[in-house]
Amino acid sequence: MQALYAQLLVGLINGSFYALLSLGLAVIFGMLNIINFAHGALYMMGAFVAYFLLNVMGIGYWPALIIAPIAVGIFGMILERTMLQWLAGLDHLYGLLLTFGLALIIQGVFQNYFGSSGLPYSIPDELKGGMNLGFMFLPIYRGWVVIFSLIVCLGTWYLIERTRLGAYLRAATENPALVRAFGINVPRMITLTYGLGVGLAALAGVLSAPINQVRPLMGENVIIVVFAVVVIGGMGSIMGSIVTGFALGVIEGLTKYFYPEASNTVVFVLMVLVLLVKPTGLTGRAA
Amino acid sequence: MTAMTDDSIPVTPRAIHDEMVAFGIMTALLVIVPWTGIYPFFVMQALCFALLACAFNLLIGYGGLLSFGHAMFLGTAGYCSGHALKVWGLSPELGILVGTAAAAGLAVITGLVAIRRQGIYFAMITLALSQLLYFIYLQAPFTHGEDGIQGIPQGYLFGILNLANPTILYYVVLAGFLFGFLVIFRTINSPFGEVLKAIRENEPRAISLGYKTDQYKLLAYILSGTLAGLAGALKVFVAQNASLTDVEVAMSGQIVLMTLVGGLGTVFGPVLGAFVIVAMQQYLSGLGQWVTVIQGVVFVVCVLTFRRGVIGEIAHYFRRSL
Repeated sequence: MQALYAQLLVGLINGSFYALLSLGLAVIFGMLNIINFAHGALYMMGAFVAYFLLNVMGIGYWPALIIAPIAVGIFGMILERTMLQWLAGLDHLYGLLLTFGLALIIQGVFQNYFGSSGLPYSIPDELKGGMNLGFMFLPIYRGWVVIFSLIVCLGTWYLIERTRLGAYLRAATENPALVRAFGINVPRMITLTYGLGVGLAALAGVLSAPINQVRPLMGENVIIVVFAVVVIGGMGSIMGSIVTGFALGVIEGLTKYFYPEASNTVVFVLMVLVLLVKPTGLTGRAA
Repeated sequence: MTAMTDDSIPVTPRAIHDEMVAFGIMTALLVIVPWTGIYPFFVMQALCFALLACAFNLLIGYGGLLSFGHAMFLGTAGYCSGHALKVWGLSPELGILVGTAAAAGLAVITGLVAIRRQGIYFAMITLALSQLLYFIYLQAPFTHGEDGIQGIPQGYLFGILNLANPTILYYVVLAGFLFGFLVIFRTINSPFGEVLKAIRENEPRAISLGYKTDQYKLLAYILSGTLAGLAGALKVFVAQNASLTDVEVAMSGQIVLMTLVGGLGTVFGPVLGAFVIVAMQQYLSGLGQWVTVIQGVVFVVCVLTFRRGVIGEIAHYFRRSL
């Protein structure tokens, strides 16, 4: 039973990352109509920024949790201003191709300087150790990752679904021309939205740094799984992305316990099944 | 589909004539290669990728479907041909047949899943499916995991043509490429191809005219996957191995890049693009990981400033269809 709970926890942690990443993808797709292939690379950059902050400037985990998403978010906003904005009005596929190119560039540059092996990032002192919950031993850092991700996800949901800013955002997704006519600076909102989505990816990167090590290709496979998560959940709903992300992480964790050979493929197999039964995705509306 | 294609040049007798002339020039150039002193291995490899890119282009350029998983056909055909040749000891023609048939079967299965969604979702689904196959091949015993299938025998095609001879192998690969190219050329100039273009331009309208668009898309997908498989089977004889790199996402990305550089939706663009990208890898191989960065830069530059690709720009400039 211990092993089962341990795998369940690993599943929840991976689910947190899937949720944070697919949430960012959904938010970006809503505003920019772009599937951000560079999401995995930007997730990796988040982890690297945390690593540099610690090893070059001596800035620890807690400030990094704020600084890294902002830094990578600004980098993302520069990408949006200099490149992505020129794709508005073109076929969606060009956005995918451009961001795929950006992912190749970012990952290639990091691989040149850091190779493919992992760099260690230690768990902050406050979160070291673990608790005995009676039925299992819970490393505190892992529990923290799950709870903190959940709070960030729900916070993002609240921001978009329940605040005035979120209302502007949703309105601009539906009809940008009309929202502009009301005097709202839609291009700036688009830039900020991209920064927000990218910041969420970087945050996931910082959270995963102590668990998965910091590697130039750490986002390469994750982004493909997250694409499958997005296909399963549909990008129509914020809450849908969060729930699907966590649920698939847990299912992956359970597969690791019951049938480890399939743990790499279970999300893709589920995607196939969902497509056969309900092609629009679990929360998606007909396109 | 507004911006994907801006070639408003209709298929006219003149357009067909232009393409025939271009096809004649291309064939003549390729036929004389063994006498020019150009490294034949390089051209053979480029020809395999050219066929692969042409097959990919059939989907995106004429059906509006971006497959981000075409490496799965390349890899599947490679593994199946390699296994048939090395372990079963089949003759080359049967080996090619096994690999191509395996890719065709894979295309039927994955096509039934992938064509359920359009546009961006289609790209993500094909990508996820190819990743699924990557993990299957990583674990399946017959692929030998990280090592791949090594030292695949080339044998005698039809019992007489010694494929270990580079010149003979070159002409066999060239024949395979020209066969695949002509199949695609015939397809896009057929009534079937016209319906595909109609679906690309306006699917709801094609449906309202009574076309079962899903069947057209599935058929195009199967044809594309099968020809990509033929390219994979031919590549086995050139490289004499089949490995995981052929199933990786990076490979799918390269196929997209080749077609993008040459020109999406052009007849000859993918061929030129394949030669450009294979040459780039050949000459820049000393730069290690920087090749990935350069490929990324080419992607970005192409999408931002050069969306028609080389052949597309030439065709646009001369107002011709190529």
